[in-house]
Amino acid sequence: MNIYSVAYKNLLRKKTRAALTAGGIALSAWVLATLLGFNRGYENGLNRDIDNMGFQVLLTAKGCPYEAATLMLKGGTGLRYMPESVVKTVYLNPEVEKVTPMLMQGVFDPNKGENGAIAAYLGVDALTFPAMKGYLEFKQGGWFKDNNAYEAVMGFEAAELEQREVGDKLLIPGVDKELAVTGILKRSGTQDDGTIFLPIGAVQKIFGKQGKLTGLGIKVRKDADMAAFENKLYDLPDVQVVSMAQVKTTIMNLVNSARVIVLGIAVIAVIIAMAGVINTILMSVMERYAEIGILKSMGAMPLDIFKMIWAETAMLCSVGGAGGIFLSFLTARVSESAVRYFLPYAPNGALIALDWRICLFAFLLIVVGGLLSGVYPAWRAARVRPLEAIRIEGEQ
Amino acid sequence: MMMPTMSAKDLSKIYRRGSEEVRALDGVSFEARSGEMAAVIGPSGSGKTTLLNIIGCLDNPTAGTLSVGGEEIFGGRKELSEKELTFIRRRIFGYVFQKFYLIPTLTVRENIMLPSAFYKSSAGAKSPDDVMKLLGIDKRAGHLPGELSGGEMQRVAIARALINSPKVILADEPTGSLDSRRTGEIKEILRELATQGMTVVMVTHNLELAKAADRVIELRDGKVV
Repeated sequence: MNIYSVAYKNLLRKKTRAALTAGGIALSAWVLATLLGFNRGYENGLNRDIDNMGFQVLLTAKGCPYEAATLMLKGGTGLRYMPESVVKTVYLNPEVEKVTPMLMQGVFDPNKGENGAIAAYLGVDALTFPAMKGYLEFKQGGWFKDNNAYEAVMGFEAAELEQREVGDKLLIPGVDKELAVTGILKRSGTQDDGTIFLPIGAVQKIFGKQGKLTGLGIKVRKDADMAAFENKLYDLPDVQVVSMAQVKTTIMNLVNSARVIVLGIAVIAVIIAMAGVINTILMSVMERYAEIGILKSMGAMPLDIFKMIWAETAMLCSVGGAGGIFLSFLTARVSESAVRYFLPYAPNGALIALDWRICLFAFLLIVVGGLLSGVYPAWRAARVRPLEAIRIEGEQ
Repeated sequence: MMMPTMSAKDLSKIYRRGSEEVRALDGVSFEARSGEMAAVIGPSGSGKTTLLNIIGCLDNPTAGTLSVGGEEIFGGRKELSEKELTFIRRRIFGYVFQKFYLIPTLTVRENIMLPSAFYKSSAGAKSPDDVMKLLGIDKRAGHLPGELSGGEMQRVAIARALINSPKVILADEPTGSLDSRRTGEIKEILRELATQGMTVVMVTHNLELAKAADRVIELRDGKVV
């Protein structure tokens, strides 16, 4: 028999009240762990998506790339192009390790979805693109060998959506060209999963864009001065330099702004839970006023009573905190779907990345917050004077 | 001649109620020896509970001396602090209250062991099994207070008071919540404790219980009559 077992048994007196309080704490722990996991998952996903592009700098034709993307999504028009000669110009820079030219084209496919949608094709160089995207693995087949072949490599999700396998034919709507599927990629967790890759020469020929590119991916040497290199690229005419680091920073800045608001909500949830803890424990102390006086008459010191009440708080918060974190694991996939539904852009992979550090941090924050909330009720209980408590009870 | 276990001399307690002075105890003196059962009786407001609180070290007297087992507790020095009073209570007293104050979620055995969660007696804590056997509640060890009769609950409260081997048992209306049959049982138990060498001091309105005492201290208006 010790103070902690007495504290545990005390909590069992009002099971519903204790359960509701622990439930409130669990909810706040769930919100906290899920949001911290989201922060981690989103950042990891964004880093992964950008790192897996295989290049650090993307050159596009002058004009807002966001505008071009919007126009393309609306009707496959409005894309701007840069001359293929830019490849040689860029490659002459000593900072450049590899370059890979790309030509994106989109056509309206009336058979896609309920009302038709844009089908996008990415023309890539058969030699340089696979080397830059070393992490891509094939489920079936392999890359096209010739830049002018009428062949296609499909990302995992694109192949599933189109229900294609290696050897199948793929028709480009509108231009009525048939391609042979030479490879299906394994799932990579990146945007490549939804992409259909074609040889760049074939795309130029099919869509009548010979000598034109929409993008040029540049992999920079490790020891290169990125800022100086980007400044050099700004001098090129009719091209726009998109640094992946800048893209990452821009998106993260946007996410961070949202994160402050969301973490603010989490803090409010924690504060409400802590207010619930103070209320529950204080009520329990008031109900046991005489009993606490009796315990002191039996030899309990103020510190013993403080420890007992504080232990009750710690137990409530520990159970609630652990329960909330367990709940956040259970509901991670559901939460992720909801977040994906509301976010305009969400990176691939797990969006809510819960690991032991996040769980430990959320748990400790809840327990420490709970212990701070328990100080006042425990102090009030420790100050109960036995004589006064017994006298009040006697008068009732 | 045997030394008295408890000796109170000229104990007074004065409360202030606004500008009014209330003399709850007025020069109360008495002695109680080990193996003796003393009953404090008197009408309501006569100072019985105040006397019990002072001799039980729950409160300081305004004046007077109190010694227990030859050790002077109150003797005209400064008031004892809450901590000092607690240390004395731990060593010397076991308390029994009219309303039992058992913790409803603890079993009989756990309730009896409750004081030892806070303090282990240097005189050696008694075995809960021995205490339960002595009080005839050994078969109820695993039961919760809600499953016991009033008499059984008071036995548990007495067992809890005994667990740290006190010199003195102080009981405030120990039979106040019990019927006459249970009152008789509790009287026998208190008598038995005195026979074993403890000093039992009880406040009671019950004349049957008072008649069983070796010494009766009757109070009226804070004075022994």
